[in-house]
Amino acid sequence: MAIFLTGDSKVIVQGMTGSEGSKHTQRMLDSGTSVVGGVTPKKGGQTVDFEGASVPVFNSVAEAVEATGADVSVVFVPPRFTKAAVVESVDAGIPLIVVITEGVPVKDTAELFAYAQSKGTSRIIGPNCPGLISPGKSNAGIIPADITEAGRIGLVSKSGTLTYQMMYELRDIGFSSAVGIGGDPIIGTTHIDVLQAFEDDPDTEAIVMIGEIGGDAEERAAAYIQDNITKPVVGYVAGFTAPEGKTMGHAGAIVSGSSGTAQAKKEALEAAGVKVGRTPSETAQLMRELIQS
Amino acid sequence: MEYQAKELFAKHGVPVTMGVVVENPEDAHDAAYRLGGRVVIKAQVQAGGRGKAGGVKLAESPEEAVAKAGEILGMDIKGHTVRRVLVAPTADIAEEYYFSYLVDRTNRRYLCIASTEGGVEIEVTAHENPDAVAQVTIDPLVGVDDAKAREIVEATGFPAEVADEAVGVIQKLWTVFTEEDASLVEVNPLVRLGDGHLDALDGKVTLDDNAGFRHTDHAAFEDRAAAAPLEAQATAKGLNYVKLDGEVGIIGNGAGLVMSTLDVVAYAGEQHGGVRPANFLDIGGGASAEVMADGLHIILSDPQVQSVFVNVFGGITACDAVANGIVNALQLLGDEANKPLVVRLDGNNVDEGRRILDEAHHPLVTLADTMDGGADRAAELAAAAAAAPERT
Repeated sequence: MAIFLTGDSKVIVQGMTGSEGSKHTQRMLDSGTSVVGGVTPKKGGQTVDFEGASVPVFNSVAEAVEATGADVSVVFVPPRFTKAAVVESVDAGIPLIVVITEGVPVKDTAELFAYAQSKGTSRIIGPNCPGLISPGKSNAGIIPADITEAGRIGLVSKSGTLTYQMMYELRDIGFSSAVGIGGDPIIGTTHIDVLQAFEDDPDTEAIVMIGEIGGDAEERAAAYIQDNITKPVVGYVAGFTAPEGKTMGHAGAIVSGSSGTAQAKKEALEAAGVKVGRTPSETAQLMRELIQS
Repeated sequence: MEYQAKELFAKHGVPVTMGVVVENPEDAHDAAYRLGGRVVIKAQVQAGGRGKAGGVKLAESPEEAVAKAGEILGMDIKGHTVRRVLVAPTADIAEEYYFSYLVDRTNRRYLCIASTEGGVEIEVTAHENPDAVAQVTIDPLVGVDDAKAREIVEATGFPAEVADEAVGVIQKLWTVFTEEDASLVEVNPLVRLGDGHLDALDGKVTLDDNAGFRHTDHAAFEDRAAAAPLEAQATAKGLNYVKLDGEVGIIGNGAGLVMSTLDVVAYAGEQHGGVRPANFLDIGGGASAEVMADGLHIILSDPQVQSVFVNVFGGITACDAVANGIVNALQLLGDEANKPLVVRLDGNNVDEGRRILDEAHHPLVTLADTMDGGADRAAELAAAAAAAPERT
């Protein structure tokens, strides 16, 4: 097993003919992902030759679904077109939509999320995220596939490079799935959604949860863990040294007044019985002790 | 800033009394004269609590306006130097309310927060008298139509005599929020004037940077002069840099990893005389020599910096490219590169990356095996350098 994304997942790439889209399509194919098509309006009917595979291009997501049975879409289109691209995938009934694009206006995200919720048939991950990987099975996004193999740990993180760092630290144990949920103020899939999916996944033994300053997602996740998660969870929170009122790279990473601080998140997680590491490697060490004891 | 928020309010038909923005005290005379003599002089900075800080003063005459403007201009309010003041007519205030729209991150919708107790910080009201604060959820797909506006008016408890006007003002404020791509629109206070009409007396609008492509006019609102000079330089180079108060310069890739690096350096600093991270700098995916050189240039321009920690995890970027970037950047910088550099590389093609740095054998560069080790070494070097001048 694994969560959200399995060896059977059929992936299409919206914006596959763009530079980022084609670069990462090649990487997804290299890691064994079944990429069955690309979507670029007006370029339908073409075929793009990648190393080891030729991938057909469709004019619309609906056409792609009709022809390939795709059930995952990875979105690389530029910010100004992202909302329309996601709405198109929701309308085509794609169950999992992974939005890699950085810089989507929060209004567009609020609207596309509300739209997906009103339809109730699509999960959105991101935007502004690295996507998700189920090592050895499938890779939807830009997470490097060669850091770690399949294993027993589930990982959920707001940050891309911290995800890679943690996968690297624990590469000897391996991961069932790693999900980068993104660092924007509004995201389609939260820590809580992913925690529950790992709880339900028989192949996941323990969970690493990585958070950062801004909002109260970690505090709510902590409360959720206390009430609903039986598997061991270790946590890490970035941004203890972040000053108030400054956006730290991610659009959502900002301490406003006294809310959204790393300290408050750490305390909430610890109060819920989650061990929290001071550094990524200390966090990895906590996981190691937990899973080997 | 207040006057900019008011410009956006006026653009969308929200009732405001504008006043005149001036940058030197003498100009306040003319402005006050035209506004009838008795005016309020208000500091224009991106910070709350201006009144408490002495940034808002009443002037009875144009002469006094010049004097008060002189007192406020140049004042420091929460780290912001006052460069402009708003000369505004005095308002005949009958009642003060609070009103705002914001992005509700928790519920992934929008939220209206309003209260008939305005003019004070809403956090205080929410804490001391939570029943006086109304919170109304807004569906992004529906927005604030007439029915929603009436719901807000009712939930807030606006008095009957302003209710109908409030319904209109609330919808116009919604237009500001949605058409300008704001993440916050706040009016505090929204006032009922003596004549019974509503007026947005003071306000704040936070615009979504990501929506800049829809609003070419928003660039004019950026206060470049207020940004720290190094931050302005970094922005011009397309780098994501935040200046902090510390001695260890930081370069990394990915916002989360860089935030984490700052923390790890701060912990390491506890063992080394309390040195702290000097900045946040995310070079993102590309670590070309130019990006690395731009980043190092900005960090080394900070006179507080005593050492630099480069912490890169090669995910998509290969470590050999990063290593070449560092070597070439040091060449580009020449003598300007004068502080020790601790480099930690991991991930994609790490062996080749380390080999390149080893072979380059640059006297300033130390390789670290781990993130924690690198942070410790960089903190130690910064502490040693900071201590050195005192010994001589």
